[in-house]
Amino acid sequence: METNRRAGRILPAPEAPAPTGRSGGRRSFLRNALALGGGAAAAALSGRASAADGDPLILKPQPHATALGQPVAALGYGQPSKWEKNLQRRESPGLTRVPQSSVAFAPLQGMFGIITPNGLHFERHHQGWWDLDPSRHRLMVMGMVKQSRVYTMDDLMRLPSVSRIHFIECGANTGMEWSNVAVPTVQYSHGMLSCCEFTGVKLSTLLDECGYDRKKARFVLAEGADGSGLTRTISIEQALDDVIVAWGMNGEMLRPENGYPLRLVVPGVQGVSWVKWLRRIEVGDKHWDTREEVLHYIDLMPDGLHRQYTQIQEAKSVITTPSGGQMLLDKGFYNVSGLAWSGRGRIRRVDVSVDGGRNWRTARLEGPVLAKALTRFNIDWVWDGSPAVLQSRAIDETGYVQPKISQLRAVRGTRSIYHNNMIQSWKVAESGEVSNVQVG
Amino acid sequence: MSRSASLSHAPAALLLAALLCASAGAVAQGKYPGIGRPATPAEVKAWDTDVRSDFTGLPKGSGSAKKGEEVWDAKCASCHGTFAESNEVFPPIVGGTTAEDIKNGRVAGLAKSNEGRTTLMKLSRISTLWDYIHRSMPWTAPRSLSVEETYAVTAYILALGRIVPEDFVLSDANMAEVQARLPNRNGTTTAHGLWTVKGRPDVKNTACMKDCPTEAKVMSQLPAHARDAHGNIAEQNRVVGPVRGAVTVRAAAGAAAPVATAAPAASADRIMAEKNGCLACHGVDNKIVGPGFKEIAARYKDAGGSEAKLAAKIKAGGAGTWGAIPMPPHPGMKDEDINSLVKWILGGAR
Repeated sequence: METNRRAGRILPAPEAPAPTGRSGGRRSFLRNALALGGGAAAAALSGRASAADGDPLILKPQPHATALGQPVAALGYGQPSKWEKNLQRRESPGLTRVPQSSVAFAPLQGMFGIITPNGLHFERHHQGWWDLDPSRHRLMVMGMVKQSRVYTMDDLMRLPSVSRIHFIECGANTGMEWSNVAVPTVQYSHGMLSCCEFTGVKLSTLLDECGYDRKKARFVLAEGADGSGLTRTISIEQALDDVIVAWGMNGEMLRPENGYPLRLVVPGVQGVSWVKWLRRIEVGDKHWDTREEVLHYIDLMPDGLHRQYTQIQEAKSVITTPSGGQMLLDKGFYNVSGLAWSGRGRIRRVDVSVDGGRNWRTARLEGPVLAKALTRFNIDWVWDGSPAVLQSRAIDETGYVQPKISQLRAVRGTRSIYHNNMIQSWKVAESGEVSNVQVG
Repeated sequence: MSRSASLSHAPAALLLAALLCASAGAVAQGKYPGIGRPATPAEVKAWDTDVRSDFTGLPKGSGSAKKGEEVWDAKCASCHGTFAESNEVFPPIVGGTTAEDIKNGRVAGLAKSNEGRTTLMKLSRISTLWDYIHRSMPWTAPRSLSVEETYAVTAYILALGRIVPEDFVLSDANMAEVQARLPNRNGTTTAHGLWTVKGRPDVKNTACMKDCPTEAKVMSQLPAHARDAHGNIAEQNRVVGPVRGAVTVRAAAGAAAPVATAAPAASADRIMAEKNGCLACHGVDNKIVGPGFKEIAARYKDAGGSEAKLAAKIKAGGAGTWGAIPMPPHPGMKDEDINSLVKWILGGAR
């Protein structure tokens, strides 16, 4: 079994002569991996010629090239290819006990660029979701305003709108990893993260219209129309800066799971403040101290104090390909790819290490690089088949450098749940299997 | 200055009339004529139910812990346990606080590692508990508790936590006194940089590029027994590209692994079960608070008259058959829905 210890070549080219002794564990893994191709021959996976004269997929006419295909509008609303069914939002088993107050994580391991497809946007509800009739939805702006006002969707959608690309990240994203590795893949470690182009009216437009009290207003409360009546306080400075009352999401209306027909977009701030099914905005002069500001979304420190009103998502990044739970196909070239983001502005730079943080190289940032949005980074890597530990490290425009888990723990301990923006480590074993690890 | 401000000296009735007929946008109209309308006082009152920590918005009223116990047993105990200590469906509400904590306003247990956290251990504002119960409890019928019931349930929780005596009557007049007894009232800090974009970070790293100080030693990884805890990762990755998902769940010998398995479409009955909140307490296969539907089917499917018996149980509630936690009554459900649900459960809840 000596060759089993030989690094590299996870999917052997089928035309290659089988090396002597290649059998056992890895071989059976390969068979399983190949079976997942759903009948696709090994040759199809490798793309290499399996016969002397070439690849039968090229040499032989294929059914789709020799018959009539599907008509237009066969699907009034298009669906992903049937081959893409593996990429689904998923719950983390055991994390929550009731599905109406739970999380479905976005499959970051299979996404490209910076935009999250609407059907894969992560979900987090506090008391179940609803598909509201937009013609019956109302938004009220009240409190310290000259006049409390009611808006229908018709009203809101007549107003001047903006379209902005922003990330949304749950404050508890990566929260399971504070004390040790707990989940296998980037879907579960970082999947409470999405990024969309949101369209709506700026909250400042509505506050101006209602005549908010410029002298006394300090805070704004946002409330949802669902059973949880979720409420969160934001500062008036933020409310007047870049907060959007949004109905659009990647060119269509919001999805019901994401607050159809109206949600708040609070760029750079944790997801809980992006109130879904938004029905009320109240202007006030004090923190409200709602349930999500007193009992949850508070960060427990080692001395037993809870940090209250923590909400900014600090600079963070993660490599999505290759990432935990994946297998590299073979030795050779890889485009290591990942995401970086900061609640404080733009990403300035991302560095990548393949040796567990000893040496770093600067990655390419793909455009656009937008404030408070996901930024895609890529870097070339030739895997020589030896063990490696991949890491990425984001630096934002304030100069802040994404910290190591040991640095976070030294200040915040291991029990704060929220705001874990540690450098993520993925170990690549000789077998090509990538796993979630923490290094020190 | 807007026109509504200039109207502020008009008699109240006139002002109200002006507000009500202002849908054409005559009042406080800024740059966007014809958009939106003034809210009526009744509309504002209907939605402005929030209670702030300075007790702004707290309605006048009261409720006794004794009355709270009745409400609790009927509407809360099935999820939270008889003594609000249950960890079955939601994290426990009561427990982990001491008389010493009440004196100090800091829950000592929070500084210990491995200590679970209950609601009362974390609670720093009494208004929060009141507001949340009033706004969104019970779980399947939010906003159904009266002001009195809300005071009563809040009082009962506080009594269970020995923050107030068992015969306590909580009211808008004594909320501040209770606040002064909350075990963790001094347990929060805002000394951090995570409130504003310009806040100062508390953790600093440097962008070292070469021969950086690290042992690069693996300190933590998933134990082998947890390999399949998130299902088969092979089925959670694309079938082409630079990588595949690792096979973490072995298929039975000879069985070809599927490319991707979509969850079967939910039946109308299952959707009804979800809509009525049944699945919050009953799993299809397993017990959550109450027994799993398949366990129920196994016990009753061959028993005579079981359909009527189960239907009655759903309607009226009950306890004792499967354990001490009572099943709450569901008077609001239609009989035909209940009957169809019972058939679905006995048929295997597919």
